[in-house]
Amino acid sequence: MLKMSGPHALVSLRGVGKTYAASVAALRDVDLDIRAGEFLTLLGPSGCGKSTMLRLIAGLDCVSAGELIRRFEDVGAAIGFVFQEPTLMPWANVFNNVFLPLRLRGKSRRSAAPAVAEALSLVGLAGSHKAYPRELSGGMRMRVSIARALVMRPRLLLMDEPFAALDEIARLQLNDDLLRLKEETGATIVFVTHSIYESAYLSTRIAVMAPGPGRIVAEITNDAPRENFRDSPAFAALCRQISEGLHQAMKE
Amino acid sequence: MTLVIKTQGWLRQFLPPALVLAAALGLWEAIVRLYAIPPYILPAPSLVLATLMSDRAILFPALGVTLGTTLEALALAIIGGVALAVLFAQSKWVERALLPVAIVLQVTPIIAIAPLLLIYLDARAAVLACAFLIAFFPILSNTALGLASVDHNLVDLFALYRASRWRTLLLLRAPAALPFFLGGLRIGGGLALIGAIAAELAAGAAGKGAGLAFRIVEAGYRLNVPRMFAALFLVSLAGIAIFASLSALSAYLLGRWHESVLKR
Repeated sequence: MLKMSGPHALVSLRGVGKTYAASVAALRDVDLDIRAGEFLTLLGPSGCGKSTMLRLIAGLDCVSAGELIRRFEDVGAAIGFVFQEPTLMPWANVFNNVFLPLRLRGKSRRSAAPAVAEALSLVGLAGSHKAYPRELSGGMRMRVSIARALVMRPRLLLMDEPFAALDEIARLQLNDDLLRLKEETGATIVFVTHSIYESAYLSTRIAVMAPGPGRIVAEITNDAPRENFRDSPAFAALCRQISEGLHQAMKE
Repeated sequence: MTLVIKTQGWLRQFLPPALVLAAALGLWEAIVRLYAIPPYILPAPSLVLATLMSDRAILFPALGVTLGTTLEALALAIIGGVALAVLFAQSKWVERALLPVAIVLQVTPIIAIAPLLLIYLDARAAVLACAFLIAFFPILSNTALGLASVDHNLVDLFALYRASRWRTLLLLRAPAALPFFLGGLRIGGGLALIGAIAAELAAGAAGKGAGLAFRIVEAGYRLNVPRMFAALFLVSLAGIAIFASLSALSAYLLGRWHESVLKR
């Protein structure tokens, strides 16, 4: 099944495979286009290569087979990465953590200050510049982590199960905040999760993955209206559809 | 009332050990007086204190010598240990080549190396070398461990933003290694003093550059037991001072972020 890579694809994967040293195939023959402006979720059970795919897209690992085309220059400026853990530097306060990407690219503290303040206010943390990660709740640390990923104004935001370690309440809140963030920044998001509800709520497109070797088995598009989406019949129907896709994937 | 509340925390921390110390010294003094033990067998604490004052022209310069050697050795151990740890972090090959040498130097008791060093070096340099050798290893191994114990995701993040090796070292590995380094420094500080004392004992150097350990040996030959106690008191005071100041440095540097310092 060959798909056309439209002019709006930010990243295209063609027949991509990834094999690690122990000759375990983490991914095999993956075709995928990441289209500008979409919210794409990679959904699947553990070991299906979701995280591997994010690492390949970010250039943190190299593909073993096939090709991966990025249609933008300067990967460091164009990609923001949010890990499963907040991954903050414990010795640095909130400002310095968010400042880090700009600092690594040679910006001075003073010239970076407006961008840092803006990123922090985007995630609802304006005014907590001086706090240390240790002093923040799990949800707030994750917000700082997202602010750090946004501070370069990336075109592509990669998120690897960012809310998996949070409690349900913080998670629902951050889901809504993420959708608002996407509206405000216009970033394209690739989001990894193993929660059916989260993927249904957030995504415009869901790629269902299966393990052994990791591959994409189904793609589901969601263009239902956002208004009261979580309570709508469309949401329930989408969850069911995703769930069926997953079951199908596990049976193969 | 306010005074009581304010001093309560301070009292709780220092009162018990102070009471125990005072009781022990009192008991010691009482036993010496009660049984009229002669000072060449066991001097009373009051006599030790008096000797400390009367012999200050001999003891305090000796303290200065020992403390000077110790701090000099510690400074060299910090420079050498950190530099080598950074080198290890940059190249596995260097680590494989040099780590065994460092381990051999560490596991060989310093007191056994001292006589050899005394043949090749003058007394002062030999004492310095011994103190350096013994303080060097904990600083090296702890710092190397710290530089390697960095959150892998943060390493990835630095890679994503195309940070150079040097900046990754400076902005990520160095701060991550700081608590480890400070732990090694606290051990190394105490060991440097032990190394200096051990080497002074082996050297037995007299004259102007004589340290506290030599004064203990010398007083021993003369059966001047009160002076031995007074010198011993200064040695342990030096050890306490080194440990306390390195702990304070550690608390200051790790201040707000590290688990080891934060109060629950």
